Amino acid sequence: MSLHRLNYMEQLEAESIHIFREVAGQFERPALLFSGGKDSITLVHLALKAFAPGKFPFPLVHIDTGHNFPEALAFRDKLVEEIGAELIVRKVEDTIKQRRLTEPKGKFPSRNWLQTYTLLDTIEEFEFDACIGGGRRDEEKARAKERIFSVRDEFGQWNPKLQRPELWNIYNGRIHKGENVRVFPISNWTELDIWNYIRSERIPLPSIYFAHKREVIEHEGQLIATSEFVRPSEGDIIALKSVRYRTVGDMTCTAAVESYASTLDEVVNEIIATRISERGETRIDDKVTEAAMEDRKKDGYF
Amino acid sequence: MDLLRFITAGSVDDGKSTLIGRLLYDSKNILIDQLEALERSTKNRDDGSVDLALLTDGLRAEREQGITIDVAYRYFTTPKRKFIIADAPGHVQYTRNMITGASNASLIIILIDARHGVVEQTRRHSIIGSLLRIPHVVVAINKMDLVDNSKEVYDKIVADYEVVAKQLDLKDVTYIPISALRGDNIVDKSETIKWYTGKPLLEQLEEIHVESDVNLTDSRFQVQYVIRPQTDELHDYRGYAGKIMSGVYRKGDRVTILPQKKETTISKIETAGKEADEVFCPQPAVIHLTNDIDISRGDTIVHSNNLPFVNNEVDALLCWMDEKPLLQGNKYLLLHNSRIVRAVVKQIDYKLDVNSLAHFPVEDDVKLNEVVKAKIRLATELVYDPYKKLSCNGSAVLIDETSNATVAAVLLQ
Repeated sequence: MSLHRLNYMEQLEAESIHIFREVAGQFERPALLFSGGKDSITLVHLALKAFAPGKFPFPLVHIDTGHNFPEALAFRDKLVEEIGAELIVRKVEDTIKQRRLTEPKGKFPSRNWLQTYTLLDTIEEFEFDACIGGGRRDEEKARAKERIFSVRDEFGQWNPKLQRPELWNIYNGRIHKGENVRVFPISNWTELDIWNYIRSERIPLPSIYFAHKREVIEHEGQLIATSEFVRPSEGDIIALKSVRYRTVGDMTCTAAVESYASTLDEVVNEIIATRISERGETRIDDKVTEAAMEDRKKDGYF
Repeated sequence: MDLLRFITAGSVDDGKSTLIGRLLYDSKNILIDQLEALERSTKNRDDGSVDLALLTDGLRAEREQGITIDVAYRYFTTPKRKFIIADAPGHVQYTRNMITGASNASLIIILIDARHGVVEQTRRHSIIGSLLRIPHVVVAINKMDLVDNSKEVYDKIVADYEVVAKQLDLKDVTYIPISALRGDNIVDKSETIKWYTGKPLLEQLEEIHVESDVNLTDSRFQVQYVIRPQTDELHDYRGYAGKIMSGVYRKGDRVTILPQKKETTISKIETAGKEADEVFCPQPAVIHLTNDIDISRGDTIVHSNNLPFVNNEVDALLCWMDEKPLLQGNKYLLLHNSRIVRAVVKQIDYKLDVNSLAHFPVEDDVKLNEVVKAKIRLATELVYDPYKKLSCNGSAVLIDETSNATVAAVLLQ
């Protein structure tokens, strides 16, 4: 007799697939917000499972700040081709010009929060009624309270005090014209769950997640890659180091971690180990950068 | 490693935040930034203690008022299990939030302040747990340090709760004397409550047997989405995608499509893109059928020898969740998993007091947080089971068509 039991990873996967199918069943024009990072890559993997052997049922929408890692863009294009999905790219650069927005200044000029403008314009342009995102509840305090189907008004705003009760596995996605729903299929996954899943499913990731040699500026204890967007100034300590990234964001505001982990197993093991030693120590290394980066992402994307 | 979802209901006064904070902290599931904040706050305290409640800080309004308004979800993992905590408010004015948090839980921690014993809130939380059929109950008798770790006090509370448990027909109840503040019997066994021979809380959570909570007998599957690629090589492909809500489905099973009442056979099953001989709850699946039947989203596929109810008039308990009151005769949409049906609340039979289970006649409108028994008439047939028998197919929500708000939790009878 076989065991009719799923492990926790299979249960999380089952929940996410169920959510994806609800989106496809309830909405006219859903889209998947794709940043090129591990969370949105995991979303694509789950969606492929949910609708196999059918074609990928949503366009991938990339709100492009123009500050991308070239490796992430190359990965995006290859993935889109492989799965046969439609890719919609809208550039923050164009929004800045059209809407006469002020470019961020400073040494690390982040366009992250300006993404909101481009995103809302894109939602309007294509009349998307649901936008699927890779937000997780373990990321941050407010997110711990956000629903899986999170209704946004026509300004894209989330009102935490007026959230719909979300009971059992029943998702109410009904909206008025002009509103949209942000859907978070991996709400109940933690960062570690994502990494373990990527490892067990052997999901390909952009090369910058693995150790590679890169010229970096050591800035307040963090390693920022030099690029056409971040130019070293006098007095900067520049070094060639073996690094990898824990998140894929903009080149202007994503810090690298010094690492020699070149395979998926090594990376995941390193992340598990870091978390344990981080707990034991009081020093913060890349963790804070990551949290801060993800916060900015939330203002922008979500 | 498996997954356990549990709920803790209570207010800050009960030590709920401290309890959750303690579970996260002592099981070493704190992220570095949280730990830092915790240590900063510790430096400001005279006694050098750690304010564990900080770990469960929520929305700005909640921090300002020092209360929990909405359900927050928290995550921790031990080598034995992954846990999802629904951290819900305890006061009566937040009953709807507690019901939301309880709807997915397989275990409820009832927190009792050892100084006060079984109080109205204890009863209310237990009643909500029993209404929603949460299979396992852990009664955590907190603040034992404030009653000198007295066994007499503990025994009295246990005896009092036994009466509640019996009245509510709670089957699996465990009692643990704890001090969340001092960490007694949370992760490690207490060294001061020497007379207690049972497990500490975390061990109980890790070891409680939840496998048999899944119903593998009454098979239920609702279609969420029809997969029809319509490509050259998959021209005739037509698969019904959904989740196995309960039970097991096998290739070759004789099944009935409801509400169409058409019989056919399962010709093929796929799960996550791969063919499978059988699928079971809660796996996602794509089911293929021998006959060409008109099937769409919301239709149910069940074994022909184990049928659910098919009715267009249902009795239900409604937990009202909207600021606008429920008016008898009002029209709503009833969302039953993936099936949406027009509904009229035809008759409200009585109001259920969540503090006592007593029935009262309904004199005026049904307000936020009230629970009533009602008769609902539906525009088309609903395929369901009584919530008590099979909660996954006995639960629904009501939606106000004008505001699109989710206004009620529906427990079908």
